[in-house]
Amino acid sequence: MSATHPATRRSGPWTTAMTTLLRDRAAMIALAGLLLIIAACVLAPVYAEDIAHTDPFQSDVAATVMVHGQELAVMQPNDNPLHLGLTPLAPTWHPSAYLLGADSQGRDVMARLLYGGRNSLLISAAATVLCILMAAFVGIVSGFFGGVVDAALSRLMDIMWAIPVYLFAISLSIVTISQGLRIGPFTIRSDNLLLPIGIIALVYVPYAARPIRGRVLTLRRSEFVLAARGLGVPRGRILLRDILPNVSSTLIVLAPLLMALAMLAESALSFLSIGVQAPAASWGTIIQDGQGLIYTRPMVAIAPGLAIVLTVLALNILGDGLRDALDVRETSRRRG
Amino acid sequence: MAMALLRRLGQTVLVLFGISVLVFLVFFATPGADPTARIAGRNASPETMALIRHQYGFDRPLPVQYERMMVSLFVTRDLTSFVDHGERVVPEVFRAAPVTLSLVFGAAIVWVLASIGMGTLATALRGSLVDRGLMILGLIGISMPVFWLGEVINLVTQSRMHDSWMFSWVPGLGYVPLTQDPVGWFKVLVIPWITLAILFIGIYGRVLRADLVAAYSEDFMRTAQAKGLSASRVLFRHGLRTSMITFVSLFGLDFAQLVGGGALLTEVVFGLQGVGRLTYQALSNLDLPLIMATVMYSAVFVVLANALVDILYVLLDPRVRDAG
Amino acid sequence: MQDELFAARDLTIALPGSQGSMIRIVENLSFSLAPREILGIVGESGSGKSMTALAIMGLIDVPGARITGSMLFKGQELVGLGARALRRLRGREIAMIFQDPMTALTPVHTIGWQIDEQIRAHESLSRAGARARTIDLLGEMGVPDPRRAADRYPHQLSGGLRQRAMIAMALSCNPSLLIADEPTTALDVTVQAQILDLLRRLRHNFGSSVLLITHDMGVVAETCDRTLVLYAGNVAERGPTGDIFAHPGHPYARALLASIPPLHGVRPSRLLSIPGQPPSPAERPAGCPFRPRCPQAHAQCEQTPPMVRRGEQDIACVLAAPEPVQA
Repeated sequence: MSATHPATRRSGPWTTAMTTLLRDRAAMIALAGLLLIIAACVLAPVYAEDIAHTDPFQSDVAATVMVHGQELAVMQPNDNPLHLGLTPLAPTWHPSAYLLGADSQGRDVMARLLYGGRNSLLISAAATVLCILMAAFVGIVSGFFGGVVDAALSRLMDIMWAIPVYLFAISLSIVTISQGLRIGPFTIRSDNLLLPIGIIALVYVPYAARPIRGRVLTLRRSEFVLAARGLGVPRGRILLRDILPNVSSTLIVLAPLLMALAMLAESALSFLSIGVQAPAASWGTIIQDGQGLIYTRPMVAIAPGLAIVLTVLALNILGDGLRDALDVRETSRRRG
Repeated sequence: MAMALLRRLGQTVLVLFGISVLVFLVFFATPGADPTARIAGRNASPETMALIRHQYGFDRPLPVQYERMMVSLFVTRDLTSFVDHGERVVPEVFRAAPVTLSLVFGAAIVWVLASIGMGTLATALRGSLVDRGLMILGLIGISMPVFWLGEVINLVTQSRMHDSWMFSWVPGLGYVPLTQDPVGWFKVLVIPWITLAILFIGIYGRVLRADLVAAYSEDFMRTAQAKGLSASRVLFRHGLRTSMITFVSLFGLDFAQLVGGGALLTEVVFGLQGVGRLTYQALSNLDLPLIMATVMYSAVFVVLANALVDILYVLLDPRVRDAG
Repeated sequence: MQDELFAARDLTIALPGSQGSMIRIVENLSFSLAPREILGIVGESGSGKSMTALAIMGLIDVPGARITGSMLFKGQELVGLGARALRRLRGREIAMIFQDPMTALTPVHTIGWQIDEQIRAHESLSRAGARARTIDLLGEMGVPDPRRAADRYPHQLSGGLRQRAMIAMALSCNPSLLIADEPTTALDVTVQAQILDLLRRLRHNFGSSVLLITHDMGVVAETCDRTLVLYAGNVAERGPTGDIFAHPGHPYARALLASIPPLHGVRPSRLLSIPGQPPSPAERPAGCPFRPRCPQAHAQCEQTPPMVRRGEQDIACVLAAPEPVQA
């Protein structure tokens, strides 16, 4: 009997991270929940057309609907003595018709919730990708080249950072909301989703650029990069071969956390009616629609809010799991 | 020390200048439409348009426009709103400020106390169910849109359970000045305070726990234990005192951001006539001068508060004090 | 022996490993310490020496850790002692100083504050009274201008002064036992000598016994009355320092001594190094743990080696002869 070393399996850092993540029960549940929400929203037309038989973008205050063999008006007279005004249908808890009730225009809240989710998810995901691209550019250039470039970019980030995130987003939205954005020959209309995507991406750039810059700075001073420079490896090659692959773990960890922030920001802008524009919906606009009905038909506002909470919670748990798996210490912070 | 202060001052001035330029550019140089039309609001008469064009110098180059803007914002403070029939904007912001300050101060007290309690309790019981439960609660707090939470709380306290013993004391939405009726002020604000604080309790509680748990692997915590100190003394006087440095720098930034308009959504939901609510009203009728004034003043406030935090930081951390 | 201050018998420290297994970091460790004696525990990193120190202090806070055997301090059993009773011993009766005085002092309090705190934790003394003793202690430890030094923060002092402050703090309640875990490793060579000198004088000035933990045979030779050589959590050899240095009995102790350059005589052209690495606690072979690296290993080493008594030395090796072999 000689050396009793167990066979040590050689595995790369990504494989190790993957194994750790797969063993993280909370992160896996969060991922499953997230995929479920995405699938439901992607399948919104199937629900609207084949199950609920409704057009979630068509206001119809005169419609009636059959529930449990009873014909009900979608907009019912108020139960005050004079029967003044109309109250939308309460949740029927019946998937074939107005599962979550109707909104003030007689539209199916459940169908709108699914369609709204498409926009909320699309905007926050696209904003995250765009934001990470911009932040990676700023962070890597700033961290790698240092000196004047770093000083200038860092000051710019400081300046953007000093304006409260939501106020910054509101300012950008309000100047573009009335007439859209015209850059040279291109015009982006005010109801284009590119506007909220671009705005949200922009305001979170300082948030993401800071940890990326920090990571690049540590890498630049690390021994393997110093060794490469000592050997005369050209800068571009160091950037591509040594820096980028090592920064990518920071980017991956940032992504779900940023998407959570982007989703909250999108809902806030839409709630203030300077995000997604009617007739399109997002979870934020539905909450705003429900604000007027909060005491009579609270489900209109509660349901999209719950959807946001669940999605953002799943993203945050996933982000925590990724951070633990990839062993990246969060150097940045969240803020509302 | 004096040199360091001077350098910090210079930096602050530079950032202030940068912010004013950035905000100015956002409002007046974003490509799209004529800024005159943006300022005038909907359905403005040609006379008003001409007046605005002249007053803001839109027929002149950008630097002149910038200079005029800054003068009317900070020197003469006579920037007027066209949508709101010539109402002067800056005094309006200052009139709304006490409401915002009341909201944010109260919320800050709630979130600092609650998050320290949460962070230290979770650390002391780390690994236990209490710890996990608190951390999950914190994460849920972070994941809730504050305006939605406010509405749900309103639903419960103003309508569904308003007649129960628990919430019958809750007054209607709105603001009562502290000088007029301190008890009414407190009653009206306590629920908005908690609502606004929940997000930050989540963030700070989690950050503090992470910092404290990390502190326990530090040598000085082992030394403190080896000295025979009680567990709570080790946690509070050594662990928490050291982690306080991060905590305070986070706090300064968030507090300033909230005073500077970050509490907008909470003010809207609870009908509090603060700076944020003012901004919200300006949003609905596209009153740009008002929005610009609030953004500019809040950014200035944030920068000054950051400078203040840096000074506080120096007081808290002797290492920074010497590095100067 | 009646006059033992501290005695460990069959001390075993096990930490939970993966999948519910227990990994024995330290196995069946026995040693004793007389009043005013300096005992050195030598070993490579990972040999379990720091873990032993933390176990005596009751500071192993790994959940699920199991400590068995016995540790008698002034006749009181430390294994299984309640947290409250342990805390009263810590700092007052048993004090500890750590390797790196930079990180071992809380950065946000002055050193005076930190020493006062320990004094006031164990004795009812006024703030001023505690400070007076702090200043006296700092002075005795050779800190120049102790009154001003007490008001300084750890980062404002040099490494040597920090370690002096650390020792002053450890001695502030006149402990009977001082555990010093690599007290000189983080210091410059010249400062090292001063600190060791200080430790040597403690037994006269303070009447303390010292348990000195180190990986440096040179430090042991200079300072310790008796020495315990630890290898992979097991005692390899223990006995008076002079005897062990003159005729080491265990192959590992021999190898350790051969790896330091001699102070006198002809310098060898090459120093001996021990091939291989100590096994990790989870992969320790049965029998003698040094077997895989031992040049004299043979079949008999697969059994746990007996403790062979030779003069005042105890040697955990089957090859050890009861009489010193004249080399």
